[in-house]
Amino acid sequence: MKQLALVIDLNVCVGCHACVTSCKEWNTSGTAGFMSDFNPYGEDPTGTFFNRVQTFEVGEFPNTQTVHFPKSCLHCEEPPCVPVCPTGASYKREEDGIVLVDYDKCIGCKYCTWACPYGARELDENLKVMKKCTLCVDRIYDESLPEDRRKPACVLACPTNARLFGDVNDSESVVSNSIRENGGYQLMPEWGTKPANHYLPRRKTSITIHADELTRIDNPLKKEQLPLPDDDEQTLDDIMSW
Amino acid sequence: MHPAFSVIFLTTLIGAGQGLFLALYTGQLYSVFNVLPVQDSHGFYGFGSLLALVLLVGGLIASFFHLGHPERAWRSAAMWRTSWLSREVLALPAFMGMTTLYGIVHYFDINPTLFTISGAFDVDASLLVGAISTGLALLLFICTGMIYACIKFLQEWASPLTVINYTLLGTASGFTLATLFAYFSESELVSFYAGWAIVITLLSAVTRISSLIRNARIKHRSTLATAIGIRHASIQQKSRGFMAGSFNTREYFHGMSQAFMKNMKWIFLVMVFVIPVVLLVAGLTQPSLVIFAVAFIAQYTGLIAERWFFFAQANHPQNLYYQTI
Repeated sequence: MKQLALVIDLNVCVGCHACVTSCKEWNTSGTAGFMSDFNPYGEDPTGTFFNRVQTFEVGEFPNTQTVHFPKSCLHCEEPPCVPVCPTGASYKREEDGIVLVDYDKCIGCKYCTWACPYGARELDENLKVMKKCTLCVDRIYDESLPEDRRKPACVLACPTNARLFGDVNDSESVVSNSIRENGGYQLMPEWGTKPANHYLPRRKTSITIHADELTRIDNPLKKEQLPLPDDDEQTLDDIMSW
Repeated sequence: MHPAFSVIFLTTLIGAGQGLFLALYTGQLYSVFNVLPVQDSHGFYGFGSLLALVLLVGGLIASFFHLGHPERAWRSAAMWRTSWLSREVLALPAFMGMTTLYGIVHYFDINPTLFTISGAFDVDASLLVGAISTGLALLLFICTGMIYACIKFLQEWASPLTVINYTLLGTASGFTLATLFAYFSESELVSFYAGWAIVITLLSAVTRISSLIRNARIKHRSTLATAIGIRHASIQQKSRGFMAGSFNTREYFHGMSQAFMKNMKWIFLVMVFVIPVVLLVAGLTQPSLVIFAVAFIAQYTGLIAERWFFFAQANHPQNLYYQTI
């Protein structure tokens, strides 16, 4: 069964918030209505967002790593937010596994947010309905867009290509491949929610060098058992430099 | 979690209403077996049911303040196969309907004998309606408790004790109210209700304190390491991604100090358990309206504090993502 999802590479995310702003921009002007803001230029601005980038510091100084961590709905394969909804407004699509909210059915009781361990859902305080990441369902199937633009807004905005989009149940897809090759993992696996979105860990490219690799075993001088020339003696270079 | 007063009033009011109905029906059952004198249908069962209904309607009205779209509330009956909230939405009006019917059957004396068990035991309409209503009252307690107990990662709630506490605390406040009501309507059942109110209040003290002990020792399964998936003992949040508040920072944090929480705990322990039991024991020897009224008001007010504490104590794992501005 198809399961669309994002794969977020923490190794390349630089924490620029481009995915946050492009998400907000696309979805606030989207077909499902705007995402309310309150007091946007005032002292205490607040508003609805589907996506956030957070920053964590791992380790103790001086051995620290800064990890920028984008967080949005994970489109769980066992979404705990769906069965608790009393109206059926919260649902998971059979055809592609996207978890959506029917804004016309939602009564704004907030029970689904209690049932989401990731805090991925936000009540729109103006429209009084629950909102969450739709994986840009209104653009990924839009045939009026060129095919390479039929991706979530956050994926298109990412300058470092830290966000990949595709079907995680198709073992040949780019996302499945990157999960497999780079140790992709899920958040809070302890609750059995089976998030479809995966994260790729920080990776350091390193090679192991042993001491014997630093001296050439096939050194021709060594091979012929000749002593190394002294500093003031002529070397092969001196003779041959004509 | 941030305690919502709509839900606090919903659960405490319907709990007292359910408890009061259970008390009324218990009294009737005892009188069927000639253990207690039969009560007046009009003044006692009729007005008693009305009082229970008033509490239930009050709870229902309070619940609407929790909704963003109360005009769509009827939709919430749809998903009863999966959602405990939906089941509560069905159980509450069903129980209210049967309580109304129970009151009507008594008040207007529409109480024919429906059938006879073993040729000796007459089952009249009020007995049958009351039995169904009792079943619905218990079902409603289970639904209300399970709404909270079924969320497994809210570990403070995910325990059978949640359902037991909702049932016992609601029943205790109902029996205390029944004591007051019996005294007010000059019934002989005052000491009967006072006795049961003491027993149930003490029983609920045992289960509620058990859950306090359980929650004090709880070890949360989610940590910052599982939340962001990085296996390291030392992880600190440096930014939550925005400076001002959002739904995530308002809905899941109660924003009160540890001292306030601790005070709230002692306040509800004294008001829900200690004061009512002392007053009810005193009322057994020297019954007076003031004693029973103060006992109920103290217990009900204490239950509001108890429910506030119940919500505030629950630690949502999403809070891990919102530790620092």
